[in-house]
Amino acid sequence: MVKIVKCALAAVLASLPAAAFAAWELNMPVGVTELSRRIHALHMLILWVCILIAIAVFGVMIYSIVKFRRSQGAVAASFDHSTRAEIVWTVIPIVILVAMAVPAAATLVRIEDTRNSDLTVKVTGYQWRWHYEYLERNVAFFSSLSRDSDAARQLDSGIDPESVQNYLLDVDKPLVVPVGKKVRVLLTAGDVIHAWWVPAFGMKKDAIPGFVNELWFRADQVGIYRGQCAELCGRDHGFMPVVVDVRSEADFDSWLKTQQDNTKTASAAE
Amino acid sequence: MSTTSSIAHHHPAEPVRDHHEDVHHEDHGPEKGWRRWVFATNHKDIGTMYLLFSLLMFFVGGTMAMVIRAELFQPGLQLVDPMFFNSMTSMHALIMIFGAVMPAFVGLANWMIPLQVGAPDMALPRMNNFSFWILPFAFSLLLGTLLVPGGAPAGGWTMYPPLVLQTGNAFPMLIFAVHLMGASSIMGAINVIVTIMNMRAPGMSLLKMPMFVWSWLITAYLLIAVMPVLAGAVTMLLTDHYFGTTFFEAAGGGDPVMFQHIFWFFGHPEVYIMILPAFGIVSEIIPTFSRKKLFGYDSMVYAIASIAFLSFIVWAHHMFTVGMPLAGQLFFMLATMLIAVPTGVKVFNWTATMFKGSLSFEPPMLFALSFLFLFTIGGFSGLMLAIVPADFQYHDTYFVVAHFHYVLVPGAVFGIMAAVYYWLPKWTGHMYNMKLAKAHFWLSTIFVNVLFFPQHFLGLAGMPRRIPDYNTQFADWNMISSIGAFGFGLSQLLFAYLIFRSMRAGAPATDKVWDDAKPHGLEWTLSSPAPYHSFETAPEVK
Repeated sequence: MVKIVKCALAAVLASLPAAAFAAWELNMPVGVTELSRRIHALHMLILWVCILIAIAVFGVMIYSIVKFRRSQGAVAASFDHSTRAEIVWTVIPIVILVAMAVPAAATLVRIEDTRNSDLTVKVTGYQWRWHYEYLERNVAFFSSLSRDSDAARQLDSGIDPESVQNYLLDVDKPLVVPVGKKVRVLLTAGDVIHAWWVPAFGMKKDAIPGFVNELWFRADQVGIYRGQCAELCGRDHGFMPVVVDVRSEADFDSWLKTQQDNTKTASAAE
Repeated sequence: MSTTSSIAHHHPAEPVRDHHEDVHHEDHGPEKGWRRWVFATNHKDIGTMYLLFSLLMFFVGGTMAMVIRAELFQPGLQLVDPMFFNSMTSMHALIMIFGAVMPAFVGLANWMIPLQVGAPDMALPRMNNFSFWILPFAFSLLLGTLLVPGGAPAGGWTMYPPLVLQTGNAFPMLIFAVHLMGASSIMGAINVIVTIMNMRAPGMSLLKMPMFVWSWLITAYLLIAVMPVLAGAVTMLLTDHYFGTTFFEAAGGGDPVMFQHIFWFFGHPEVYIMILPAFGIVSEIIPTFSRKKLFGYDSMVYAIASIAFLSFIVWAHHMFTVGMPLAGQLFFMLATMLIAVPTGVKVFNWTATMFKGSLSFEPPMLFALSFLFLFTIGGFSGLMLAIVPADFQYHDTYFVVAHFHYVLVPGAVFGIMAAVYYWLPKWTGHMYNMKLAKAHFWLSTIFVNVLFFPQHFLGLAGMPRRIPDYNTQFADWNMISSIGAFGFGLSQLLFAYLIFRSMRAGAPATDKVWDDAKPHGLEWTLSSPAPYHSFETAPEVK
């Protein structure tokens, strides 16, 4: 208990100067793929629909609470039903829902279309790291939490997470993919269920032992994109990040060549 | 137990206030001492035990929530091992769902259904005793897992294989605890149905029943339908673990996703089991303190029935990311969105009940209003989660955590608190301290939002759920959320104080309790506290 109080006090004090630079993010960021932008648009649409309905419904509730107070001498009316009103507030939501379902279904159809991919990567989840295999390219490797993060995340490590770059979102070897190419990801797992998720790509999907799932993305911008395992997978579930390094086609090709050479040297040495 | 012996017990020495008392013989009173509770067959005694048990579990589960929020107060691991953290999230959920919310509703059903339908007791008093007394054993078994090698279950309350099969010695204890809870719930549900179907006062047709009774009737059917499914699912886990079956193991021709389908076929109706009785409670309280009849009684009943029906065909929206066929995803999206329609009808009808009413704001009304606003917020995030492509982003993030806590805490739990504040004087015969109860309301409502609203932001920003540590970009809202959690947790001590205080002391309550609001219903025709055998002669309902 004393420990909790101490931690609490320390954290409050430590956070004061940092507060000015704090990331008080409120909304879903827009990603770097077509799917993530469409998903973001759907998210904003349903959010605004909800906000408008909330303004109307909460408006009437607040009006009633303010206006019809017994302490202000309000006398209760005696009506207890109105078929017309009930039909109206059954039909209007149905119309809104159908209007929402149409763009959602269209996006879903697009999401499920994994045909005509330029590159296929098989991703296998293990407790607690990812294995990436470039199918027909003869490249495969594991991707685990970076050393810096791993040292800092130990219980009472004494290392300030703020001092570690990309704390818990950094790996030793990221997945490297070319920009502007349709990448198909085949997902499976070696032990328990995991889920592969990069928020900037808009997609997450479960990696299930014995089964193969698929998703696709086409990143429009070069850059490094970070995500995490999104299905509880045991003790270190919080410590198996997903990092994707999107490079220009030329950079990707030379990277792939180096990897393939390494693989050859390794197998020749055996 | 001596502290509680004054409740629910019309002492023979007290002046007779109720005409039923003339036929009341000494031997109809409660037994003395521990026998009254261990051999209890009286619906009020059993209801009281359920409610107190639920309160205890609320604090046990709440303590676990405090551990979770303390660890998440800042980035880095300061207090617990990740494995223990996972145990805390799993146990918190199991205890709050099966130990706090469900027994609280069964306790309320025990107390109020006979009073509201004009019956002397529940139909099956010995089964009633059995269904309660299973619970302490079930939860001793579950809590006992904290002490065994391998630690308490840490695979989540959803118990997904293959992960749950990695549980240590706690595994069979978890399975049998779930079996016991299921058996208890089924017996409770049978009792509710038999009581409502057979023991209503003459003249009380189904469509004249109070809304709380209606909501429980439908809830009881849901319980009987789905608890055996859960029992089946966990039994298959048990045989997979010990007897070489491979129901959920791909290597043997099984399918881990099949468990998720079976679990959520139980799990989604279970969600409504935890909210429908709260709908019933709010439908009792809002009309009373609006001094106006419930708007659209019939459509309220049909709305509950529709929600119950739909709850059986939406389960896969909990698992949109497992990789289902396109047609399956579309079906479950549309079916899920459809639930917004009857739920909307309920919210609109409650609002219309208040419209042009004459409102006063006693503690039960305050909690009911808080329910109305905050449950609706949970409904909105539920609608957002139904949109499959958007769910691919929201799934398994803190956005989901925020969503289901909005429907379960200011939803189900505030519903229970509203009910307690509404009927407590009827149970104990004492009024409670209104000022303190209002303080409890304001603290709870403010802190519950400080606690859960920022979790929407965390989820949208990309924080997965069920992680003990996080990137520093999530630090600020996590700290706010934790502060809200500590405030909310501490505020609940007031609730416990008010309940125990009211058992012993307080201004005597009148028969109607809320005289100023003239509440409707048979429970208000009895004395406060209600006589030990409720209605010995059935009242006439016109």
